[in-house]
Amino acid sequence: MLAMNYRGPYRVRADQKPEPVIEHPGDAIVRVTRACICGSDLHLYHGLVPDTRVGHTFGHEFIGIVEEVGSDVHKLKVGDKVLVPFNVFCGSCFFCQHELYGNCHSTNSQSTAVGAIYGYSHTAGGYDGGQAEYVRVPMADVGPMIIPDDIHDDDAVLLTDALPTGYQAAEMGDIKEGDTVVVFGAGPVGIFAAKSAWLMGAGRVIVVDEIEYRLEFVKNYAQCEVVNFKEVRDMALHIKKMTDWMGADVCIDAVGCEAAGNTMQTITGVYTMMQAGAATVLHWCINSVRKGGNVSIVGVYGPTFNAVPIGNALNKGLTLRMNQASVRRHLPRLIEHIRAGRIDPKAIITHRVPLEEVSDAYHIFSSKLDNCIKTILIPPRANEVRAVKASIAA
Amino acid sequence: MQTRNDIVSANDQHDGDHAPGEHDNDGHVGHVHGAIAPRRPTRAQLAHIQGWGADLDRKDRPGVPMERTPPRFINVPDGDPAPQEEHVEVLVSTERPGRTPLFGTVQPPSGLSGMIRRQAFKLTENDVRHWLLLLVADRVNMVEGIGEDLASGKIPNVLAEMGIKAEFQHNKAGLAKKVALGVAVVGTAVYLMKRRR
Repeated sequence: MLAMNYRGPYRVRADQKPEPVIEHPGDAIVRVTRACICGSDLHLYHGLVPDTRVGHTFGHEFIGIVEEVGSDVHKLKVGDKVLVPFNVFCGSCFFCQHELYGNCHSTNSQSTAVGAIYGYSHTAGGYDGGQAEYVRVPMADVGPMIIPDDIHDDDAVLLTDALPTGYQAAEMGDIKEGDTVVVFGAGPVGIFAAKSAWLMGAGRVIVVDEIEYRLEFVKNYAQCEVVNFKEVRDMALHIKKMTDWMGADVCIDAVGCEAAGNTMQTITGVYTMMQAGAATVLHWCINSVRKGGNVSIVGVYGPTFNAVPIGNALNKGLTLRMNQASVRRHLPRLIEHIRAGRIDPKAIITHRVPLEEVSDAYHIFSSKLDNCIKTILIPPRANEVRAVKASIAA
Repeated sequence: MQTRNDIVSANDQHDGDHAPGEHDNDGHVGHVHGAIAPRRPTRAQLAHIQGWGADLDRKDRPGVPMERTPPRFINVPDGDPAPQEEHVEVLVSTERPGRTPLFGTVQPPSGLSGMIRRQAFKLTENDVRHWLLLLVADRVNMVEGIGEDLASGKIPNVLAEMGIKAEFQHNKAGLAKKVALGVAVVGTAVYLMKRRR
């Protein structure tokens, strides 16, 4: 099958690989019809995530058609069209029992610091991802959701990560009516976090980034204020001036470890990897939020350590909340929002690229070329009608 | 007791020159407030926001409270998953009692990078050397990957893998700068080497 193939930092290509097989009775094999490139895939692409092995196939945002199921799969059947949350989870461990599906303890042998994620290095479990024609989906009765007929495929694929993560970012901010919410990052997750902040009753939403076309997009899409941090001398000071010297009630980090905006952080966090990524946005969040405010972190950082002003967080009495999104528990409510027209996820999609051109797709997304916001990869067999296996079975 | 709406109306009265959505320029010196308090726009001022307040009530937020049991919205399996059979080497964190019931099997450790990874997995995740060794292994693995390509008769097209076609299509100026920079670096290196001789 054709699959994205990681060859080293900044190097990926589409290659032929063996098709995945059922390895556990709870597995399914899904033929991918759409897969996104996520902003967090760029951390892998840039070689920043430990234990990212050559040959790995990325992709934790994908939908597809069930092609084969293991002997213990009873809820899904061949031919079902499913969206697959990015979390690989069992549904029965302590954490899954508490709806923390992003923190499952039964699917990742190689790390306790992170749950399992499709196509996100061996630190996240060593599962190949969905930027391929086929993908192995463990615990198929638990994780995947059959896509309702009235939900567009482009909306469905954004329900696998970007939208739930943005929504959870706002949710973890514990937004109260009238709150001022600052979202750092105008990528897909930041865009959805801004949109979600309004749903939760924010009084003011401000999005910060340096990419003008993204700021322009989010200003219109999420009806928010925007700030280009390149035009600001000091981010925390600017936010305080914007908020009558109080600071924001809630700050959201939707950027993570490759933040621009502070040369020293970039040198120590990205170029020399002396810390687990540039903690620029963590600084901005902690120093821009008001005393007693909330900081919500969904931007991804590495597993080692970061230099952050934790003393300020203490002295300001902040609440810091963070997690990988627990996608599955958000889906029913988010589907209601889509049906009600409150959110139009597919509107953020700017690029559709054949999987064969994955190298260019990554470069465009990584370098923010061609006004790229969200890229969808289309595998060659995405639109194949399932006639071959059916005719063999007959 | 002062409610949020009281704060809003108080702020509206004495700070009416700031409409919601407006913000100061960086050079703005601000106001001196007797009692600084967050400004809160009224619901009427927010009425134009699509979907505003749909999840204002916390019971509509699926992640509140953060931990809920029993789990909703999934088919809860009967008991733990059966253990997956191990056909390839899977490294296991020392911070676990053993393999998890389910695990990924792709790209098992191999070669020099595999040896380094095995060493890394003798250390705990709490030990930073664990992660640093894995990063070293990743870089070694990258070189091994080029070797594998060559061994299988394939010369990796590194520029294509890095998306040079897209760079040419969408960022010709950037590409020209990179080429110029590359030529300058190589030219300087050649010049310095020649001068030493």
